[in-house]
Amino acid sequence: MGVSNIVFIVLLVAAGALFAKNAGKIARNIRLGRDLKRNDRPGERWKIMARVALGQSKMVVRPVAGIMHILIYVGFIIINIEVLEIVLDGIFGTHRLFAPVLGNTLYYFIINSFEVLALLVIVACVVFLVRRNILRLSRFTQPEMKSWPATDANIILVVEILLMGAFLTMNAADSTLMMYAHLGALPDDLMHYASLPGHDGFLVSQWITGLTPDDPYAVANLERAAWWFHIVGIFAFLNYLPYSKHFHILLSFPNVWYSNLAAKGQFTNHEAVTREVKLMLDPSADPYAAPAEGGGEPERFGAKDVRDLTWKQLMDAYTCTECGRCTDECPANQTGKLLSPRKIMMDTRDRLEEVGKNIDKHGKEHDDGKALLRDYISEEELWACTTCNACVQACPVNIDPLSIIMDLRRYLIMEESKSPESITAMFNNVENNGAPWAFSQADRAKWIEES
Amino acid sequence: MSETLRVPTMAEMMANGEKPDILFWVGCSGSFDDRAKKITKAVAKILQRAGVKFAVLGAEESCSGDPAKRAGNEFLFQMQAMMNIQVLDGYEVKKIVTACPHCFNTLKNEYPGLGGNYEVVHHSQLIQELINNGQLRLMGGGTFKGKRITFHDPCYLGRGNGEYEAPRALIEKLDAELVEMKRCRSRGLCCGAGGAQMFKEAEKGNKEVNIERTEEAIEVKPEIIATGCPFCNTMMTDGVKNFEKEGEIHVLDIAELIAQAEDL
Repeated sequence: MGVSNIVFIVLLVAAGALFAKNAGKIARNIRLGRDLKRNDRPGERWKIMARVALGQSKMVVRPVAGIMHILIYVGFIIINIEVLEIVLDGIFGTHRLFAPVLGNTLYYFIINSFEVLALLVIVACVVFLVRRNILRLSRFTQPEMKSWPATDANIILVVEILLMGAFLTMNAADSTLMMYAHLGALPDDLMHYASLPGHDGFLVSQWITGLTPDDPYAVANLERAAWWFHIVGIFAFLNYLPYSKHFHILLSFPNVWYSNLAAKGQFTNHEAVTREVKLMLDPSADPYAAPAEGGGEPERFGAKDVRDLTWKQLMDAYTCTECGRCTDECPANQTGKLLSPRKIMMDTRDRLEEVGKNIDKHGKEHDDGKALLRDYISEEELWACTTCNACVQACPVNIDPLSIIMDLRRYLIMEESKSPESITAMFNNVENNGAPWAFSQADRAKWIEES
Repeated sequence: MSETLRVPTMAEMMANGEKPDILFWVGCSGSFDDRAKKITKAVAKILQRAGVKFAVLGAEESCSGDPAKRAGNEFLFQMQAMMNIQVLDGYEVKKIVTACPHCFNTLKNEYPGLGGNYEVVHHSQLIQELINNGQLRLMGGGTFKGKRITFHDPCYLGRGNGEYEAPRALIEKLDAELVEMKRCRSRGLCCGAGGAQMFKEAEKGNKEVNIERTEEAIEVKPEIIATGCPFCNTMMTDGVKNFEKEGEIHVLDIAELIAQAEDL
């Protein structure tokens, strides 16, 4: 075992451990949310996951972005076979370990398809960079997309281009070495590169073999450099994920599996409220009775901070890719109001990250005096929502920003009795007259006589 | 020839020892708003023409609680819901029709969690059903033949409950030309009234939602904007007035279209 293998194994273990640590923190943060049962009807859940996550059915509603995204997505999934080979080569000090196992024909076919995908991924990433930075599509230039979110997006796209570039460079250098071997000009100590007999280049990278150096040792160094860059880049990218909206590549599938399967119009019934209302409506209930044993702290009505949300709402926040399709479809946002469903999701994640960091630093019970409501999301944003479900419909990974908006509204109303004056008047009317307007309930059938 | 309207209340029916097949849930808008009352009457006339045995709750009906719930007042919503459920269960109601997608959604989806289980249909669904089973026969080729009609999807019927086709099927039954707006069906744009917005000023922006939506409707040059929700109807009517197009474009509920076509 050479030095390079040891270095590789150390890097591999370190990258894996660091990622596990950070992903673990995200898992812990998600578990800070309230309980919610979301594992019923597994058959339907597998189906919706197959359709929406695997099949990308909601991505292609917007064909340009949808098809480009599918290229990157398929590229990412398939190329993991290549990554596996690279990792095994790295551990065992082999070169193209899978070639003899799969046989030349199949191996060529597989690497050639990776190369085509790599090229398509580069094309898609370039198109995406152009859309964001040159065409400046409106949904990427909204207020919440300044600074880090914009940088994050560009980092992801550039890194993907670099990784694919390294992959193609590595193959091109390898092809050149193979050609030397073919001509009998490959030095003996480089003969392990000649593991593919009859090699005349791969489908895409053959076009850049002309750019490789003339000296076989220099070519071999280039191959090694590209190989290391590619795999170390992947390790680095893996560890970038927990800090990035790109975490969606891991959470999209479970997030879709745990989708809300009820009709979108159906808002949750607040159980704690049901208990109270039943007591109020029950003439035989003792109003002075002590609360039931073991009830613990009375439950907060609605949500003020991230811990009042459910784990699914928190998972939604970590799954959000900030694509802005929700905001783009939001009627309030389209008419210039402050509300952006994407911002609701980004705020939720930012606040949850902050709470998580507080826990790391000061322990589980630490209170920093801040909250999702007001420190992140303003009342004005909340009141602009028409609950039309356009954001929920638009999300390619079934995120539900509306449920968070509603839980925050519930807190405003039920804990703080804070609502726009006209809304308070509407409440009074409903309570006193059984209608949101000040008409007498006795007159409800007047329309019959008027006909 | 207009028929006289006979609409019994549940209490009256019960007093006569009768039980209707279906309860017509009128809703607050349909009971009190002068424009929406016309929709209510159109629905009642259609039910009557089709020979459906129906009744209303009249003074015993109360707000479904939808605006309270969407505004975040879960207490008030559940109080309303539980009181309504008591009344509905008292009359042993099994099936409900309503012309308000907000009531429709709430009764259908949110009452079961509080113990109220009913078969709830939107009026467009019921009318389609009545036509399909031959109870209601449309003559077609009438008032709306060849007219350009666009349909504005109500959020709580469409996205909220997945019903996009029933209202469209009815428009086609009128031999009218159904033209779709740029955003329709699952991508339809809200009228701006949902989520209790109807009862408050809109937040500061650069435009009202109903103006944006009406612009979109006007783009397809319709003679009629068809709606399936009293709130959408108000918002679109206001929008059309805003563009001073009320002479050219009429905003009519699906039920009104059917009732007018059949001269009810």
